[in-house]
Amino acid sequence: MQELINNIVAAGTFGKMPETLVAAIVIIVLSAVVFLGIAFPFAGIVSWVERRVWARIQSRVGPNRVGPNGFLQWLADGVKHVCKEDVIPTDSDHQLFKIAPYLVVLAFVLPWAVMPFSSSLILADMNVGILYMTSVTAITVVGVLMAGWASNDKWSLIGGIRSAAQIVSYEIPAGLSIFPVVLMTGTLSMQGIIRAQGWAPQHWFLFANPFTFVAANILYVSALAEGNRTPFDLPEAESELVAGFATEYSGMRYLFFFMAEWGNLFIIGAIITTLFLGGWQFPQVSNNAVVMNILQLITFNVKVLFLVFVSMWIRGTLPRVRIDQLMSLCWKYFVPISFVNMIGTAIWVAIWPEGNSVAGYIMFALGIVLAVIFIQRVMYYLRRSRMELYFRPTI
Amino acid sequence: MGAVAEYFDNIKNTVTTIFEGMAVTASHFMRKPYTVQYPDRIPVRVQDTLPYRYRGILNVDLEICTGCLACERACPIDCIVIACEKDQKTKILTISQFDIDIIKCMYCGLCSEPCPTGAIHHTSEFEGADFSTESMIRRFVTDPIDAYKPKKGPETDERIAPILNRGMRYVNEFAQGGEAWNGGVVDDGAAAPGADDEEEAAAKQ
Repeated sequence: MQELINNIVAAGTFGKMPETLVAAIVIIVLSAVVFLGIAFPFAGIVSWVERRVWARIQSRVGPNRVGPNGFLQWLADGVKHVCKEDVIPTDSDHQLFKIAPYLVVLAFVLPWAVMPFSSSLILADMNVGILYMTSVTAITVVGVLMAGWASNDKWSLIGGIRSAAQIVSYEIPAGLSIFPVVLMTGTLSMQGIIRAQGWAPQHWFLFANPFTFVAANILYVSALAEGNRTPFDLPEAESELVAGFATEYSGMRYLFFFMAEWGNLFIIGAIITTLFLGGWQFPQVSNNAVVMNILQLITFNVKVLFLVFVSMWIRGTLPRVRIDQLMSLCWKYFVPISFVNMIGTAIWVAIWPEGNSVAGYIMFALGIVLAVIFIQRVMYYLRRSRMELYFRPTI
Repeated sequence: MGAVAEYFDNIKNTVTTIFEGMAVTASHFMRKPYTVQYPDRIPVRVQDTLPYRYRGILNVDLEICTGCLACERACPIDCIVIACEKDQKTKILTISQFDIDIIKCMYCGLCSEPCPTGAIHHTSEFEGADFSTESMIRRFVTDPIDAYKPKKGPETDERIAPILNRGMRYVNEFAQGGEAWNGGVVDDGAAAPGADDEEEAAAKQ
């Protein structure tokens, strides 16, 4: 990043402008390219993929009319929302009402700064990368609570308060589940954590020891809760709260909330991939840096998109939990288990400071056994349904 | 069972039930969707797949209508309007108007039950959307037509005989309270919609 700016200044493209101004221009342009070219289309496409995945779970087809197999549905939805009237309630707090969606989107775009796409494709490799990521994603709660309060509407307020309670609660198990990885690597940098892992599954932190395996699952579920995803989408429970904090919103502002929600799926997947699934690690098959970086980029995205798919799959499977179940799950189960994980990993690291490679192989073998049992269960349900198999994603 | 055992039992139940639930939904990824992509991208028209007893939009075969007004009297919401004049000299009954308001019709089937010849009957057609309410009133009589007079023996007119056969089959299967219903086996071997199509083709010629 700094080299790029230095090169541009040396080339003299901008004449005699001060260096800081050039840096600002470069950063703004690059950020705009990343956010408008990657983050927002991703959020839109995820909305289409998600609807298709739910549809298949419910033996439906899903949107398939706009474009090939409905691929352009997200563009149609976006254009529709942009064209709608932007209604602001008379009795609402106008300023807060207008700012709230931008805060939510801000919390969605800021983590992309430390997104480790490959060994050199990262905007800023901060030494507090993972801490920064968890911190900026928590800005969402400010935006959601602001939206709920400013709407001057009981449903919005309850939705906002629920969201605040939920996000603040689940920050604790999420933070405690990041801790085991930090204990093992001794760094908070995203690239540092990835470099401490290998490309092979037995070298991932997911299989490093039993505690990290549990921590990965707790972190994933907590991240789903923080992202207001089913089964924890209480803030927008439509059967109780109309649309929760987004009840009074319309048009573009309404779209912003949901764009941030779908985009946050990528952030969730990226955090888990970085911490537990080996990030962009790929075997050294070429000495060409460009080839390696492309392979690493593909590896990272495949892992992240698999986790995104799993979150859609969970959303199609599990019903929404009650608010007391949500709180008891967090405080009675996740927080104590996270503490056990933390202490267990600390003891593990004290005994084997360099890690235990045998444990990695055993844990990986156990993971394969779990996957085999799962496939057997799927085959059992397929046999019991007595339906012909149909593997095509389209109809 | 102590509180500790219950605690761990809860964890076990949560993990195993979510595991099973995910397996059930995963199996759905490999099943074919049930969706019928109406109105296009379907191999056969939906109308042709409907059962013969389906109560669609009403149709009237004026060739076999006796002008008895039984359907008009039976209709609970008066959506059928019939005008008949009897020439006092020739004793011929002339039907000058036979309108059915499809908007009012509630597809109860009470009009087709008393019909002696099965002239008024339901079709499998259900696509009634249109741009004006006026066009939803089906006017079956354009020129005044003589009412059908039942004969004592079998029908001899070649043009009317197949229509009457179909009407009487309708009467036998539907109007008599289902007593003559033979379990869906069609006697003459031709499927009901197919018979409709043949008639339409004949009408066009």
